[in-house]
Amino acid sequence: MDSALIPEGVKRAPLWKFLLSIAVVSVVLLWGVFAMLLCWIKGLNQTNMNNAYGFALWIWADLAVIALGGGAFFTGFLRYVVGKDLLKNIINYAVLIGFICYSSALLILAIDIGQPLRGWFIFWHANVHSMLTEVAFCLSVYFAVLTVEYIPLVLENRQLNKVPFLHNMAHNMHEIMAVFAATGAFLSFFHQGSLGGVAGVLYGRPFGYREGVLIWPWTFFLFTWSAAAAGPSFTIFVTRLTEKITGKTLVKQNVIDLLAKISGWMLTTYIIAKIAEPLYWAFVTAPSKGMALGQFYTQNPGSVYGYWILFTEVVVCGVLPALILITKRGRSNRKTLFTAVTLASIGVCINRWVMVLQVLAIPVLPFESWNMYFPSWQEIATTVLPVAYGVILIMISHRYLPVFPQERELNPVD
Amino acid sequence: MFPFNFEWIWDMGHMVFHGGLWYALAIIGMGMTYCVIKAAVDTAKGKGGHHH
Repeated sequence: MDSALIPEGVKRAPLWKFLLSIAVVSVVLLWGVFAMLLCWIKGLNQTNMNNAYGFALWIWADLAVIALGGGAFFTGFLRYVVGKDLLKNIINYAVLIGFICYSSALLILAIDIGQPLRGWFIFWHANVHSMLTEVAFCLSVYFAVLTVEYIPLVLENRQLNKVPFLHNMAHNMHEIMAVFAATGAFLSFFHQGSLGGVAGVLYGRPFGYREGVLIWPWTFFLFTWSAAAAGPSFTIFVTRLTEKITGKTLVKQNVIDLLAKISGWMLTTYIIAKIAEPLYWAFVTAPSKGMALGQFYTQNPGSVYGYWILFTEVVVCGVLPALILITKRGRSNRKTLFTAVTLASIGVCINRWVMVLQVLAIPVLPFESWNMYFPSWQEIATTVLPVAYGVILIMISHRYLPVFPQERELNPVD
Repeated sequence: MFPFNFEWIWDMGHMVFHGGLWYALAIIGMGMTYCVIKAAVDTAKGKGGHHH
């Protein structure tokens, strides 16, 4: 029925199966939309945020999806600026994942700011002393870049591509994509960094506070670095997941291998810095602020924030995937590769959780106790909402757009 | 956002922040304008009429 819209030479599931899958995911989506409307209509009293937790689940989700979406800017940078031509076979999917991540981040922010009708104030009445202003600028403009990068893929739909103007438009956009990709890399470097910088400049909260270079604390660089390292891993993770669901090989192993190798070396260098930097913080910076390392990790209810979280982030989700990804054997084996990219993706999410929520949980005054927080169902539903939206957009894009250039060659239709 | 906003000051903070914003927006705007105009010219010349 919709076969005229499906790319030539590829096989897709029957329409009824596709629509049924969309309907199932839409139930989750509608749950999220309902919670979102509650937040917009009734206000932020629908959340469990309080005076201690002005940043909560939403901001963690925001920072996590922005880091995971870093695969788009870094893969784009490698493909168009560095010239790694092989990555043309996965760049479409990296862009799509980035587009989903960044649109999700903006959606979450639109709920989080409480009064979305005043969202434009941050541009119009910008506070030029705030790192978050820079984040808002770069985030919005980079989303525009991702939209520009996604448009040619939409225009390459089998029917749209028959229209001469749209065909020419897609062709011209591809021709100058390097300019957009370089702009995206510039914007990403700063907003990824500034998100880290926000925690690093909190001199009243020694768990987050870091020294650094000029106005940039070390967390600025670590955030950009970790996004460039884990973003490509997340792209591979979603690609492999898509392959499992569709039952097809969509990208050749040498392409995955190259991206995994780059991600692995980025992760290795990041994790060395990630071990060195906290050591200096633990033994020099924090004591200079009157805090001992143990105070950050002990005596909290249920040991929620014990040393285990540091070990999981740095060793299990940092050192281990880095070692797997930099070895040829680790990358060649589908299971170890999948394990490594999954761990790397989880690792960056833990890092963002620590830098957003553990920072706020730790008492900073002698008479304070640990601030604990658990999100309301409305917060959870609105955080799951972008996942459902992402799944639907991937399903539609995969069905109707030539996302994977190697799919036809790898899966010949009889 | 604009020099005509009442809170605008010609200091380093405003110039760096807004300079970066307008620089990026200008690149995207000019890039897209170029693509649209060139696509219109190419179409008028009869290019892109075949599907490949």
